[in-house]
Amino acid sequence: MTAVSENGHRTAFVDNDKKPCGHGRMLRKEDPRFVRGKGRYVDDLDLPGMLHLAILRSPFAHARVLSVDTTLAEAHPKVRLVVTGAMLAEKGLAWMPTLSNDVQAVLATDKVRFQGQEVAFVVAEDRYAARDALELIDVEYEPLDPVIDVRTALSPDAPVIRDDLEGKADNHCFDWETGDEAETEAVFARADVVVTEDIVYPRVHPAPMETCGAVADYDQVDGRLTLWSTTQAPHAHRTLYAIVAGLPEHKIRVVSPDIGGGFGNKVPIYPGYVCAIVGSLLIGKPVKWMEDRAENLISTGFARDYVMRGEIAATRDGRILAVRTQVLADHGAFNGTAAPVKYPAGFFGVFTGSYDIEAAHCKMTAVYTNKAPGGVAYACSFRITEAVYLIERIVDCLAYELAMDPIELRMKNFIRPEQFPFRTKTGWVYDSGNYAPTMELAKELAGYDALRVEQAEKRARGELMGIGVSFFTEAVGAGPRKDMDILGLGMADGCELRVHPTGKAVVRLSVQSQGQGHETTFAQIVAEELGIPPQDIDVVHGDTDQTPFGLGTYGSRSTPVSGAAAALVARKVRDKARLIASGMLEVSVADLEWEKGSFHVAGDPEASVTIQAIAMRAHGAGDLPEGVEGGLEAQICYNPENLTYPHGAYICVVDIDPGTAKVTVRRFVAVDDCGTRINPMIIEGQVHGGLTDGVGMALMEMISFDEDGNCLSGSLMDYLIPTALEVPDWETGFTVTPSPHHPIGAKGVGESATVGSPPAIVNAVVDALKPYGIRHADMPLTPSRVWEAMQGRPTPPI
Amino acid sequence: MQVSMVVNGEEVTREIEGRLLLVHFLRDHLRLTGTHWGCDTSNCGTCVVWLDGEPVKSCTVLAAMAGGHEVRTVEGLEQNGELDPVQRGFVECHGLQCGFCTPGMMMTARALLDRNPDPSDTEIREAISGQICRCTGYATIVRSVRWAAAEEAGTRTSLETQATSGSAS
Amino acid sequence: MQVPAPFEYQRVGSVGEAVALLDRLGDTARLVAGGHSLIPMMKLRLANFEYLIDINDLHDELGYVRVEPGLIRIGAMTRHRELLESDELAAAFPVFRDAERVIADPVVRNRGTLGGSLCQADPSEDLSAVCTTLDASCVIQGRDGERVVSMEDFHRGPYETAVGDAEILTEVRFPVRPNGSSAYEKVERRAGDWAVVSAGAAVWLDGDGLIADARVGLAAVGPNTAGIPGIADALRGRRPTEELFGQAGDIAAEACSPVTDRRGSAEYKRHLARELTLRVLRRAVARIDGQEV
Repeated sequence: MTAVSENGHRTAFVDNDKKPCGHGRMLRKEDPRFVRGKGRYVDDLDLPGMLHLAILRSPFAHARVLSVDTTLAEAHPKVRLVVTGAMLAEKGLAWMPTLSNDVQAVLATDKVRFQGQEVAFVVAEDRYAARDALELIDVEYEPLDPVIDVRTALSPDAPVIRDDLEGKADNHCFDWETGDEAETEAVFARADVVVTEDIVYPRVHPAPMETCGAVADYDQVDGRLTLWSTTQAPHAHRTLYAIVAGLPEHKIRVVSPDIGGGFGNKVPIYPGYVCAIVGSLLIGKPVKWMEDRAENLISTGFARDYVMRGEIAATRDGRILAVRTQVLADHGAFNGTAAPVKYPAGFFGVFTGSYDIEAAHCKMTAVYTNKAPGGVAYACSFRITEAVYLIERIVDCLAYELAMDPIELRMKNFIRPEQFPFRTKTGWVYDSGNYAPTMELAKELAGYDALRVEQAEKRARGELMGIGVSFFTEAVGAGPRKDMDILGLGMADGCELRVHPTGKAVVRLSVQSQGQGHETTFAQIVAEELGIPPQDIDVVHGDTDQTPFGLGTYGSRSTPVSGAAAALVARKVRDKARLIASGMLEVSVADLEWEKGSFHVAGDPEASVTIQAIAMRAHGAGDLPEGVEGGLEAQICYNPENLTYPHGAYICVVDIDPGTAKVTVRRFVAVDDCGTRINPMIIEGQVHGGLTDGVGMALMEMISFDEDGNCLSGSLMDYLIPTALEVPDWETGFTVTPSPHHPIGAKGVGESATVGSPPAIVNAVVDALKPYGIRHADMPLTPSRVWEAMQGRPTPPI
Repeated sequence: MQVSMVVNGEEVTREIEGRLLLVHFLRDHLRLTGTHWGCDTSNCGTCVVWLDGEPVKSCTVLAAMAGGHEVRTVEGLEQNGELDPVQRGFVECHGLQCGFCTPGMMMTARALLDRNPDPSDTEIREAISGQICRCTGYATIVRSVRWAAAEEAGTRTSLETQATSGSAS
Repeated sequence: MQVPAPFEYQRVGSVGEAVALLDRLGDTARLVAGGHSLIPMMKLRLANFEYLIDINDLHDELGYVRVEPGLIRIGAMTRHRELLESDELAAAFPVFRDAERVIADPVVRNRGTLGGSLCQADPSEDLSAVCTTLDASCVIQGRDGERVVSMEDFHRGPYETAVGDAEILTEVRFPVRPNGSSAYEKVERRAGDWAVVSAGAAVWLDGDGLIADARVGLAAVGPNTAGIPGIADALRGRRPTEELFGQAGDIAAEACSPVTDRRGSAEYKRHLARELTLRVLRRAVARIDGQEV
């Protein structure tokens, strides 16, 4: 393990001439097109004869649909098609499966169940006309009482939202439990100290800068559908379309071109995609659907929305004994959670955090409400965001009660290096970790002790300064197919590698970049294994016709799963190259030694052949060794043995204006350990982005509703996202604890900072408010909510 | 109605509806798809282009309002096959990830440097504060603009070029 | 992406032309300047008009800051950025630069205008509070000539002004009095957001360093265009002190009528009215003394 400070804000510049042949800092191969405005996003597509689709959405959160009159819309001169739920029902397409084995209406037939639900769609000659025609559709609704407050959703007199499900008489969605209740109860009973806190993780939204959309192009002659769509999982989507629309899978091509950010928002299949397909199927022309920002915010996958009671048991001297929690989960009108089937609460089970404790238990109840469906999105690693927030908040509450330093308390309870692989009390096997040096580095970079001195001085003057700490362990890279599938599709990923005769290569991935820089990172992974410069390796992704099957990019799984596949497929090619080299050098395979980019005879470095020469021989004339086929290519489907468990230590410094209660994040130190680092520049970028998400969630982001179920966050005027003025210049550092089971030791990192930063910020705010006797305040910590907390009446954010 | 304007130095004339937004005129009528849109309320700045040399949010300007004026988009940043230093800065300093906000960010950055060749970090942050990036966390965008400023001033030092986290292995 | 409903676009080149066209088209027409409030509302179809009259060509005629003895006149088409960057305006009324730094964002400020802001009459809008603070009057041009109204008369309520269907706001006038200064402070949830509360203050001292007059303008806490005379009554003839500013804050908190919304609770906003009033009075007085705070 090495511990290094990146000291990010002072290392801004890159030597463009020093291009690594493998891992290392390297400028991105995709950037030349992006900086020229030559990215290729879905809405950039303009096909001949293309029509435009717009969706009419419900103004009510809960209402019976009595009638839909489309006469006037159909009469609009530019309108080509108007489709209602009733029309879809005739074709058996009114409902579609969600990623959690629930069903969701494509267009409402019986009722609308959330504000913004799809009711009808129009296809017209241009996008302005399509929008105009929506005004001409007359829908008669009978408003029903909505269920908005998750806490009352299960009361006996609550209206039943999902009366479409046979025999459904309440709003119960599912129960889930993990850990050992009796054992945990026993440990709690003998603990010196028990701390309980009610903690809400509000509903938030990924809100990528590019909204969701698709262009469907159905060829009526050969029955082939091409769908360009904003999807993080093109292969999984193709299979689901085959199931939903009844089209044969080999006749469907899903293309995910450049994507303007995903963050989980583009994992589910949305009704709009299906509507575009239906429109193209019916008209036989390409149909484009691009949602506007309001549609994105009110109808697509939200995240979080957990109401949690956390309890922690410890000895007087700060030894954590057990953790337990009860969770009420708001899943909206349809259970659209994108999580492996056996994990209805995602990977929330890692709520035991980074600590060696004796017992743990979680009991969760999920309910339906009249809100948009979704549940897993926004860089959350399948609910680890909620889990880490819970444990890191409650550990700070314990530190408060014990009057202990939060770093000291954490250090005292860390899982020790010799305990890895470590099985938690909820059954997760952490692959590797060495926590103390990561925490120590963060402490050193922050100048923690000096900060505490400064804080004491400021407190004496009545100034409010807070220092917040969080430490997280993530579980990313879903996942082993014995445990993990989505709707029956195992979470493995394929990879193909071809080396061309001149030694250039193409690698084809099943995962899809939404900004993570796959075209660079994956070229580097192959380069490291084969010694072919990354510039000579083309990365193909996001097209089901051109890439092997796999489940796509989300949950920080690209490097842990597909990255492993890329390394292993390159090693397969190298193994074949070794056979060919033995023929070329006329020695046995055992006498060859590999040095990046070439084989040489052991003890005779002069007798060598490069990978490029081998590639030419593989495709050229002349004999190959006995039993060796021509060509230099390989294919693999990688099934991960376990998840990877990156960790990190974060320290946040905030100042609060005592007069206005406004919080300023002054500094943020993030030390991440994601194992082997492929491209440090890209890793740093992933961390920076996640930290900014954390500031957003901690201080401003929230999807909220009024009592009638109207969404109050339907624009970027109301759903606030941090600008450059709300975030500090990030200070980053790293340690390296490789994953023992990943072929190159890498772990995922895309979501680490989103997971780890909210508790650090909230802990800092609460620390600043210590003079007010405050132990907890719920996100988002807007000035008003902080002020209310200072007055001793904190308000839950629902 | 008919509208004429100069876009990236070229005079264009099109028949349009009065209500057509400038962003759609550029994207759909001129096929200049480098300018994106991300919201409907002029909050995200993804659609920033120049109108008579000043950055504006093209989702909130009518194409008709730009009639008789000069518009410059990201496609007009590159001159004579040479990337603008701002474009190079974004590449050098990882100032972009998904690339969606990037054209708008670069247009604002270019305008800033034209008025203030040596902006402080705070001035850069203020200049881009009407534009949202969901990927980068802004620090690398600030570095990118600083890189461009240093490049133009000829003060980019060798220290700056070699300082990287090369210690990462 | 949201798009406006169809309308006919017209462009005018002079105030006279604008008034004549408005006169002909009546309430089916609306003027558009920067458009950053109006066009989003039209895109969301919260506002629909048959005609939209583009007055951006009037910038030559109505885009100015003119400093005259005892008076500053600002043309209605003066853009936020021009207001922010005007050194002579900042010298006379620092409140303007304070406010303009926190209005929307720099790109929006390149388009938005003084007149557009006032005519939109959003209850959270900052420039109305600045104009109230400075006791501005508005020049409205109609077919039969121009009339000048105070801010109290100009603002009829949220999104409602004294500007009639066939009229146009052309200029805003600010009296300049000696030995005074001003300041503005806004609390927002995030840069570019509308105010949770903001406050502007202008203070004038007499030869003995006693307060000769004071005005306070608040945004986002209910109707407020009179400058809170109670504060002037309480402060006049007194020596400026922290205690006095605190009393003024109490008066401001008492005088406002905030409502609870997503930006904050009514109680918090009332607290801010008090706190910000105190702060801007303190800063305005310090500025008279030549201390920038």
